[in-house]
Amino acid sequence: MPDAITPQAGAHATTLGTGFTDNPYLPDVATVLETVQETPTIKTLRVRIDDPARMESFRFNPGQVGQLSLFGVGESTFVINSPPTRMDYLQFSIMRAGEVTAALHGLKPGDKVGVRAPLGNWFPFEDMRGKDIVFVGGGIGMAPLRTLLLYMLDNRADYGNITLLYGARTPSDMAFRDDVQEWLGRSDMQTTLTVDQAPEDWPHRAGLIPHVLLDLAPSNANSVAVLCGPPIMIKFTVEALKKLHFADEQIITTLERRMKCGIGICGRCNIGTKYVCMDGPVFTYAELRDLPNEL
Amino acid sequence: MSFARYIARGELARALDDMARGRVTYAPRREGDAVVFRPRAEGEEPLLARATVPPKGVIFPQSERLFAFIREKDPNDPGHTTVRLDSTVDIEPALIFGGRPCDARGFHIFDRVYLNGPHRDPYYAARREATVVVTLACNKAGSTCFCHWTGCGPADTTGSDILLTPVGEGADAGFVAVAVTERGGAVLEAANLPEADAARSDAAQAVHAATQAALDAQSPARDLSATPARLLERFSDSDFWRDMSDKCLSCGACTYLCPTCYCFNITDENDGGDGMRGRRLRSWDNCMSSLFTREASGHNPRMGKALRLRNRVGHKFSYYPQLHEGVVSCNGCGRCITGCPVSVDIREMVVRATEANEETPNA
Ligand SMILES: Cc1cc2nc3c(=O)[nH]c(=O)nc-3n(C[C@H](O)[C@H](O)[C@H](O)COP(=O)(O)OP(=O)(O)OC[C@H]3O[C@@H](n4cnc5c(N)ncnc54)[C@H](O)[C@@H]3O)c2cc1C
Ligand code: SF4
Ligand code: SF4
Ligand code: FES
Repeated sequence: MPDAITPQAGAHATTLGTGFTDNPYLPDVATVLETVQETPTIKTLRVRIDDPARMESFRFNPGQVGQLSLFGVGESTFVINSPPTRMDYLQFSIMRAGEVTAALHGLKPGDKVGVRAPLGNWFPFEDMRGKDIVFVGGGIGMAPLRTLLLYMLDNRADYGNITLLYGARTPSDMAFRDDVQEWLGRSDMQTTLTVDQAPEDWPHRAGLIPHVLLDLAPSNANSVAVLCGPPIMIKFTVEALKKLHFADEQIITTLERRMKCGIGICGRCNIGTKYVCMDGPVFTYAELRDLPNEL
Repeated sequence: MSFARYIARGELARALDDMARGRVTYAPRREGDAVVFRPRAEGEEPLLARATVPPKGVIFPQSERLFAFIREKDPNDPGHTTVRLDSTVDIEPALIFGGRPCDARGFHIFDRVYLNGPHRDPYYAARREATVVVTLACNKAGSTCFCHWTGCGPADTTGSDILLTPVGEGADAGFVAVAVTERGGAVLEAANLPEADAARSDAAQAVHAATQAALDAQSPARDLSATPARLLERFSDSDFWRDMSDKCLSCGACTYLCPTCYCFNITDENDGGDGMRGRRLRSWDNCMSSLFTREASGHNPRMGKALRLRNRVGHKFSYYPQLHEGVVSCNGCGRCITGCPVSVDIREMVVRATEANEETPNA
């Protein structure tokens, strides 16, 4: 590979390599297959990388992210929220937050995007085998959990009890409706939904996630809790898990940082010596406790 | 492979022409109050003054194209467009003349991240490979120089291909040129220069020693090996960081003038409004800017300037050394001190963070 970027004697134009392994900044061009309006602010894109060989050989683990881009607008970080056990497409669910996300919301099937993936680390799904799993997702934080949950459901025998607590502000802010319906109907997992304010006809729970979690009181014995959501939800959910005697090592979460390169070079996403794009985004609470407090 | 040649002062322009054959030479030039690196014309007498801006932009341009995108209407389906990416870059063989050891060591700080990390940066790698670094050893210590604290020094060769040391006076003035790398050796050979005799080589050694002594007299060298841990102990001392950053304007000048600051942003740019053509760029960015870590939710882990300054000092003197075998990612060039509009002094922060803890080791 170095040959491709070594300038030839006398030649002043050097072509840098193409493809992710050669040039980590060069995205794969991908096509939007399908879009789903999940909530008023969250839209799901299902995409396939155009190069069939690339798509065929694409591998990732649950929790890994990608830089998704719209050429001419920019790049942003999203978790690949389809599971690696279903590789017909890569799914990203995007909450409208700013410039890139608003533009991504405007895409239709057939449109082109750029994908730099997979980036970052992943949930320790191997170490979680044989354990009971408690998922706690808030808002768009359900996206990374979806990947892991679907992976576990596709390998159901490997895991113990699976509990899901999914909260959103209002019923219409709940994403992944079809999945949620299916999860509610499954006998091999316990699904609880909650909203901050419940309308009359809401058949599920009302109240903030940490309160509902204390009520559900999942056992800490041989369990792992996996959380994802806004910083404030994480903070109080961790407190609730502590009350339920979960150890720091039994709590897993993902961190958000403003990322650009995604490969540990641009220097943007550090917390002390850790780079969220390389050492994360998945951390145990025990690891977070040892980081400088800059969350 | 290390060998020494002698360049008489009057021969310098000619020798440089020979060394730079087939390369663009970047040499210090005065522009207003600043001394900056600019392409040098053949035969041009180079300025030997210490540049106010380091030459990092030659290898890591302030803004560079990662690739161009070209959108074309899909002939089979005119409603849709296809996208082609073009990552061709023009990289010219180059030579940087007249940077100081602290400037050259800056490239070494980059190398550890851009070449030897888990992902090799192909743009940086190509420019680094195509660029010969000819460094001028210092024979005079500036009042803000503290390279001797940081593992660098007035004759350090780290990051250089050739080191030139000024020797002699008046009619006998010249330079001893030592090849540091094989690439430097090849370039130096091409200049067809006489060998530096023992007397001149000794004179070069004496210049190194004298400059080192002048630096030591100015401020005693410090052992910074405990500083990474000490800075971490200071992490939550908000009074300390507020005090240190009181004057700071968050202008970021310190980072742009720094030979070791390597952070960047990635943005897209369109040609015209139809979005059919454009490019993805990367540009220098800096952690002193309030938007650097602002997340889309509005949450900003480094909201105040005290927290941003803490990251800048922490990165150079604590996080980087912890990740890179104790190497400090500050070369003590002092440019951030001289360039700061309100004279924030990184030396003072490092000393105070370290010393305050020395007084109260258990704090
Ligand atoms: C590991 C990880 C996983 C993630 N997964 C998901 C996911 O699955 N789904 C999801 O929806 N989100 C996810 N996110 C969050 C997502 O990356 C952000 O919401 C997204 O980057 C916002 O991009 P944007 O361009 O739309 O917003 P921007 O337009 O970049 O920013 C939003 C706001 O900040 C301001 N701003 C920010 N930076 C600057 C700047 N440099 N200069 C000027 N103004 C600025 C803008 O003006 C704007 O108001 C994830 C983030 C991380 C780090
Ligand atoms: S140059 Fe000085 S004022 Fe500007 S950001 Fe740096 S420390 Fe602050
Ligand atoms: S931090 Fe300041 S003194 Fe250190 S290398 Fe950068 S500009 Fe020079
Ligand atoms: S996003 Fe660039 S270092 Fe992490």
